Amino acid sequence: MMDRFQQAFHEEARELLSELEAALLELDRNAEDDELIGRAFRALHTLKGSGAMFGFDQLAGFAHELENAFDRVRNGRLAVSRPLINLSLAAADQMKAMIESAGGGGDPAACGRIVTELRRLTGAAEGAVAETAPASSLPNDAQGPAREWRIHFRPRPDVILNGTNPLLLFQELRALGPLQVSVDTSAVPPLAAMDPESCYLGWDLTLETGAAVEAIRDVFIFIEDDCELRIEPVRVPGTAEPKSDRARTTTAPAAGSSSSIRVSTEKLDRLVNLVGELVNVQARLSEVAAGRDDPEVRAISEQVDRLTGELRENSMSMRMLPLRTTFERFRRLVRDLGLELNKQVELAIEGADTELDKTVIDQLNDPLVHLIRNSMDHGIETPEARRKAGKPPAATIQLAAHYSGAQVLIRVSDDGRGLDAQAIRARAIERGLVDPSAPLSESDLFSLILAPGFSTARKITDVSGRGVGMDVVRRNVEALRGSVEISSRAGEGMAVTLRLPLTLAIIDGLLVRVGPTHFVLPLANSLECVELTRQDIQNAHGNHLANVRGETIPYVRLSEYFGMAGARPEREQIMVVEVMDGHYGLVVDEVVGNHQTVIKNVGRLYRGVPMISGATILGNGSVALILDPHRLVENAIQTAAPRRATAPRALETKEINTCYVQ
Amino acid sequence: MSKVILTVDDSASIRQMVKFTLSEAGYTVIEAVDGRDALTKLASRVDLVITDLNMPNLDGIGLIRSVRANPAYKGIPILMLTTESQESRKIEGKAAGATGWIVKPFSRQQMLAVVKRVIG
Repeated sequence: MMDRFQQAFHEEARELLSELEAALLELDRNAEDDELIGRAFRALHTLKGSGAMFGFDQLAGFAHELENAFDRVRNGRLAVSRPLINLSLAAADQMKAMIESAGGGGDPAACGRIVTELRRLTGAAEGAVAETAPASSLPNDAQGPAREWRIHFRPRPDVILNGTNPLLLFQELRALGPLQVSVDTSAVPPLAAMDPESCYLGWDLTLETGAAVEAIRDVFIFIEDDCELRIEPVRVPGTAEPKSDRARTTTAPAAGSSSSIRVSTEKLDRLVNLVGELVNVQARLSEVAAGRDDPEVRAISEQVDRLTGELRENSMSMRMLPLRTTFERFRRLVRDLGLELNKQVELAIEGADTELDKTVIDQLNDPLVHLIRNSMDHGIETPEARRKAGKPPAATIQLAAHYSGAQVLIRVSDDGRGLDAQAIRARAIERGLVDPSAPLSESDLFSLILAPGFSTARKITDVSGRGVGMDVVRRNVEALRGSVEISSRAGEGMAVTLRLPLTLAIIDGLLVRVGPTHFVLPLANSLECVELTRQDIQNAHGNHLANVRGETIPYVRLSEYFGMAGARPEREQIMVVEVMDGHYGLVVDEVVGNHQTVIKNVGRLYRGVPMISGATILGNGSVALILDPHRLVENAIQTAAPRRATAPRALETKEINTCYVQ
Repeated sequence: MSKVILTVDDSASIRQMVKFTLSEAGYTVIEAVDGRDALTKLASRVDLVITDLNMPNLDGIGLIRSVRANPAYKGIPILMLTTESQESRKIEGKAAGATGWIVKPFSRQQMLAVVKRVIG
């Protein structure tokens, strides 16, 4: 096989030598021609390289000497001179001889003289030997005892652009022995900053091989200078050093310790306050981290966010108490009242395990007492009346509690006579609470009994009927950021539902922006947020109605509602909230994101603004008001109704009315 | 589809050896006599370029630079053939964007091993 290549080389070398000769002769006449110097150099270079390739070592060595000389000429360190040309031509003759006599050839003595002369000319040190060729050594296969190597490999980002494929390097390593690869992605930047042609990965490899470390290093030879590479021996397999034990935590409970301790509420309150402060600081951290393009800071911020959330829930849960104690206390009340009023009443309790913030529970007692008294007194009929109505003589009052998002619903219901909508209406008109011509739905009428100074009881009893009961309930519940809903069916009973927040301190909120102002909406009420485009607005022909997944949803635009000036953005976002058992939309400029919200009380000036349930401090130190979607929607409907009622478009009025009854 | 390797060398014997060795190993080899010729051959698909450094018209370094400047060949592996005495040229080639090098003289096994390292 080699013969074939040697044959090809013969021809080529002859051509190269005549090329060299021609170049030299011309250089003799025109010593300054760089092109000619280049030609001579290339010819010599190829003679050397190819000669060595095909076994003409003597030729290669000799050509190397000449090449050195012409390299100097090329770099301007040696002038083309008559002696150099003569010497080179003589050398060319010697090389020709070497090629023709395949086995070696040439006159060693003459060659020696030429080399000595050349070195004198070039000023190269006498006796300096041409570098011998230890070509890129291949991984030598000499297998020693297998060892484990740890290879730390971090290529430069531009490694791919150099045509290097790290995968192939690993494949090559795998040929040396069993290989484990783990990738280090810590340097991967956020997507926005990522260059798809860059390599951000690093690798840690464990290789078990008998090959020498040079063989491993050789795999990386091409990128040695362009990467961080450490190859370290680990150990000889079999002589495994004891692996460090994973911290084995002993969780044996300390003998005799009880499973709970008593802590004063003050301490818990202080803890919750501190957590609140922490949540505020965390919000600031998040904001700073989000504005900075540093994945490390962002990762830390996210972790702090998670931990704060857990800490918050944990400390909140410490203040949570089941409603059982409160509920059970009413058994006595119901029994005593029943005797007093000559009514047979059973108290049914449901969901007594539902937990609520202690501060909420403490303030819940009075409203519940009022509600139960009200039911016993007004709602529940005497046994005879019940029998006549075809009901069992013993009535039932049910106290039920269950969770609904971040709220707890407590329902007090009875199977009494229910509310008389017409009587309420008449009474309200009599008291001047409503306009006689106002079109009021049943639920509107029912909510009138919560108004101050309203009582429909025919006689004032000791138990209730002083006209203070229901509005006290409402005030107490609202002080707890809760709300009251009343439903009733004539002859079948009524139910009062108290909607209470789980906690009074910190809630999960959704931060939204309207113009330059931020608001927080409780996440518990928020269902989804969708875009409201100009097109959607046009399609609704001026009505505040949006089509969300086929459902027509009335909405309130906060900027209009609060009378805020400023241009409306091209795309607004509509937050769908669930209030009063219906879906409503609140239109904002932008939904910023989740926000752990520490509720701060607002000053006295805001007392008369029911749709604002508090305020919170944002990461940048500014204040955002917390909206109460329930009251906001309620209020928006109320303020819209009279206006719409006089509006010329009958269609709109009808739509608003549908909002009402829901 | 076998991988296509472009061998660029002004020495016919080297090209012949490269072509023979790599064809035997299952690669498709196309030849170019210098850098300028190589650039025209790059019109068709090529998976690896093996180039000499000293060539007329357009030398190896120039070729590497031109190939890297072409978006279609940004990440293509390029091996340069060097001689042991060309340490500075090797560095120059690396800077221009060469993937690796093969030092002349080399055996066919050596060349195959290096080719495998860069294109598998």
